[in-house]
Amino acid sequence: MTTTETVEKAEAAEQAESRLTLDYLDTLESESIHIFREVAAEFERPVLMFSGGKDSVVMLHLAAKAFWPGPVPFPLLHVDTGHNFPEVLAYRDRAVAEKGVRLEVAKVQDYIDDGRLFDRTDGTRNPLQTQPLLDAIAEHRFDAVFGGGRRDEEKARAKERIFSLRDEFGAWDPRNQRPELWNLYNGRHRPGEHVRVFPVSNWTELDIWRYIAREGIDLPELYYAHQREVFEREGMLLAVGPVSQPRATETVVTKQVRYRTVGDMSCTGAVESDAVTVEDVVVEVAATRLTERGATRADDRISEAAMEDRKKEGYF
Amino acid sequence: MPTTHQPTLLRLATAGSVDDGKSTLVGRLLHDSKSVLADQLDAVERVSRDRGLAHADLALLTDGLRAEREQGITIDVAYRYFATADRSFILADCPGHVQYTRNTVTGASTADAVVLLVDARKGVLEQTRRHLAVAALLRVPHVVVAVNKIDLVNFDEGVYRKVAADLASVASDLGLPDLRTVPVSALEGDNVVDHSSRTDWYAGPSLLEILEDLPVADDPSHEEFRFPVQLTLRPQEAARDAAHREYRGYAGQIASGVVRVGDEVVVLPSGRRTTIAGIDTADGELAEAFAPRSVSLRLTDDIDVARGDLIAAASSAPEPTRDLVATVCWLSDVPLSRHTRVLLKHTTRTTRAIISAVDGVLDLDTVQIVPAEDLGLNDIGRLRIRTAEPIAAEPYARHRRTGAFLLIDGQSGQTLAAGMVGDPLAGEGDHADEWDI
Repeated sequence: MTTTETVEKAEAAEQAESRLTLDYLDTLESESIHIFREVAAEFERPVLMFSGGKDSVVMLHLAAKAFWPGPVPFPLLHVDTGHNFPEVLAYRDRAVAEKGVRLEVAKVQDYIDDGRLFDRTDGTRNPLQTQPLLDAIAEHRFDAVFGGGRRDEEKARAKERIFSLRDEFGAWDPRNQRPELWNLYNGRHRPGEHVRVFPVSNWTELDIWRYIAREGIDLPELYYAHQREVFEREGMLLAVGPVSQPRATETVVTKQVRYRTVGDMSCTGAVESDAVTVEDVVVEVAATRLTERGATRADDRISEAAMEDRKKEGYF
Repeated sequence: MPTTHQPTLLRLATAGSVDDGKSTLVGRLLHDSKSVLADQLDAVERVSRDRGLAHADLALLTDGLRAEREQGITIDVAYRYFATADRSFILADCPGHVQYTRNTVTGASTADAVVLLVDARKGVLEQTRRHLAVAALLRVPHVVVAVNKIDLVNFDEGVYRKVAADLASVASDLGLPDLRTVPVSALEGDNVVDHSSRTDWYAGPSLLEILEDLPVADDPSHEEFRFPVQLTLRPQEAARDAAHREYRGYAGQIASGVVRVGDEVVVLPSGRRTTIAGIDTADGELAEAFAPRSVSLRLTDDIDVARGDLIAAASSAPEPTRDLVATVCWLSDVPLSRHTRVLLKHTTRTTRAIISAVDGVLDLDTVQIVPAEDLGLNDIGRLRIRTAEPIAAEPYARHRRTGAFLLIDGQSGQTLAAGMVGDPLAGEGDHADEWDI
C-alpha cells in the first residue's frame, strides 16, 4: 500500500467516524424520554402501569431518567389479578420503595369477592383486568396511562399509536386512530376520555434486554434460569402454584426454566433455559425462534384476533 | 485508534399502489432476514392452508387487524421491526389505497427512507408519481424503489431499465435528493435479501443491502442547533439529592445540530441571549450533545424560559412570526372550510390560529399549485395562517422538526392537518424571501 493510499484510507475512516450518529439504544432511550416529558407537560393526572414485569420496569427506569434530578411526577398503578408470582409482588414493592413513588393497586380479587366479576372456566384472569383498570382510571381521573406495550409483541399492537385515545368505555377503535406525525403527539381528549401512552412502542424484546444489561437494571429473579416444579399443558410449561395445579394426567417435573413474560400464573408459561445472567439472556433472546407471546401466553393462542378483541374492550 | 462499531437505527416507510405486493415484500424482508419467528410462520402457513393457498401468504404477517385479514387489504399503518448485524430497522408499513394518502404522509414524516414498490409490468403510474411527490414534500432523505414482479416480465433487463429511467426522470422533476432502484420479485425473493441468479444483468446491491448502507440521518454537525423546551426541571425540596435543590434545567430533545457548553444561544420568541452553562442527563454531565438526544440544559443567565420556547444557536436563529405560508396535507373527513379557527401545534407550543386564506391545492401529477377555495381529505394545499402567539417556525425544507406543525380541532381534538412551513418542494433556499417568515 502506498503512502497516499494509506493517508486517503485514514482520512476516509476519520470522516466516517466524525459523522455524529447516536447509538441505537441511546436513540430509543431519547425517544422514550421525550414521550414521558410530553405527557408530564400536557396532562393533568398521568399514571404508569407497573406490574414488576420487565417492560414496566424499563418504563419506570426511563421515567426516572426523564425527570432527573426531580422525582417521577406521577404514581404507579398495578392491576393485581390475584394470580401473581409472589417473587414479582415482592420485587414490585421493593422497586416502589426505592424509587419513592406512590403505588395504587386495583384488585381483580375484590371484584370476584363481591360478585362483580366471575372466574372463567379456563382459570385465566388476564381478560378480567379490564374492568378494575377502567374503574381505577375513572376513580382517580387519570387522563394519561403509560403502558409497556411494544409493537413487536403482537400484530394488533403493531397498529397502535404512541398516543392512543380511548373513549369513556376505554375502547380502542383501530380504524379510527389519529394520524401520528413527526414527534408531534396530539393528546387532546374530552372529559371522561383518556389517552394510553406507549413510551417503549418502538423497542423490541431484544432491545429491552440489551438495555437492561447496559443499564444494570434489577429484575425479578424468575426472568433468569432457575429450578422450578412445572407441568406441561398445551405445549407450555406452567409452574405449580396455588392457582395452577396439574390435572391428574399432567406430570410434575423439576426443570431449569426462566420466564420471558410475567403475568397471570395460570396462563404464563416458562421456557427451558440455561440463561443465568443478563448477558446469557441477551444471547438467548437474539437466537430464539419463537416470539415472546407465542412461547409463553396461552390467552393469545385463542384466536388470530384475541389481542385485538381484548384491546377493543379496553385492555392494554 | 480501534474503530468501534456501533449499531444504528434506520426508520423506513413503505409506499405502493394496491396489489403491488407491498405486504408480500415486507413479509419477505422479515422472513429472509430471519426476523419472522417459527410460531408466526406456523400461524401464517396454517391460515394460508385453510384458505386453499399453495404457498404461505407472507402478507398475512403484516395485516394485523381482523378486517384487514378478512378483506385482504391493509387499512392502517403497521410498525415492523427487524435487525441485521449492524442495523436495527423500524418499518412503517403504509397502505396503498389512493384514499389513504394520509397514512403515507404519516409514515413518511418520521422516515429516513421510503421504500416504494412499482409493478414492473405497469411501470410508473399516476399513483407512483403521487407517492414520490409525498416523499419529496416530506423531505425524506432517501427513496428506494423496488421494481417488483420482475419474474412476471421474464426477468427482462429492458423492462427494468425503462422503469428505472422513468423513475429517475420523475425524481429529478421533484428534486428528490437520492433515488435508487432495484429489480425484485417479492413473491419469489429475488434480490430482496440475496442476489438473484435470474437477474445476472443487475450487478447492484439487493434491497436489504441498500437499506443497510444508507446514511441514517443528516449529520448533526452540519445542522443548526435547535432545542424546543418541553418543561422546566426545578425539583426544589423534592430533589433526589440535597445537592440538586437549587437545580433549574430546561428539558427537551435536541431537534437538530450540536450543542456545547459555552455556546451562545437565543431563547425564542423572547429573543433573550445567553450561553449554555451545562448539559445534563441522569447519567452525568456532557461537554456536547447532538440530535436526537434528550438532555436538560442549564443557562448562564436567570431568564424566563418555559415550555414552548425554542433555544437556538445565536448565530442562525429564526425570526419568530405570527404569519405563516405553509403547505398542508388535509387529514380529516371534514373539509377545511368548516375549520377556520384551529389549534396549531408547533414543536412544544400549541397556539390558537386562524386560516386566513387558501392559496390553492397541489396537483400531485404536475406538482403545480392550482387555485382552490377549500381542502378535503388527502388534499395537499397552500395556506396562509395567522397565529395568536409568535412561533419560531422556519422553512420545512431546511428544518424538518422546527418546520413541521399540526392543525388540531379545538373542540373534537382531532388532528386535521399535517403542516410544513413554506414550500418544501421548492428546495433549500429557493424563494426563501417570498415566504413571509
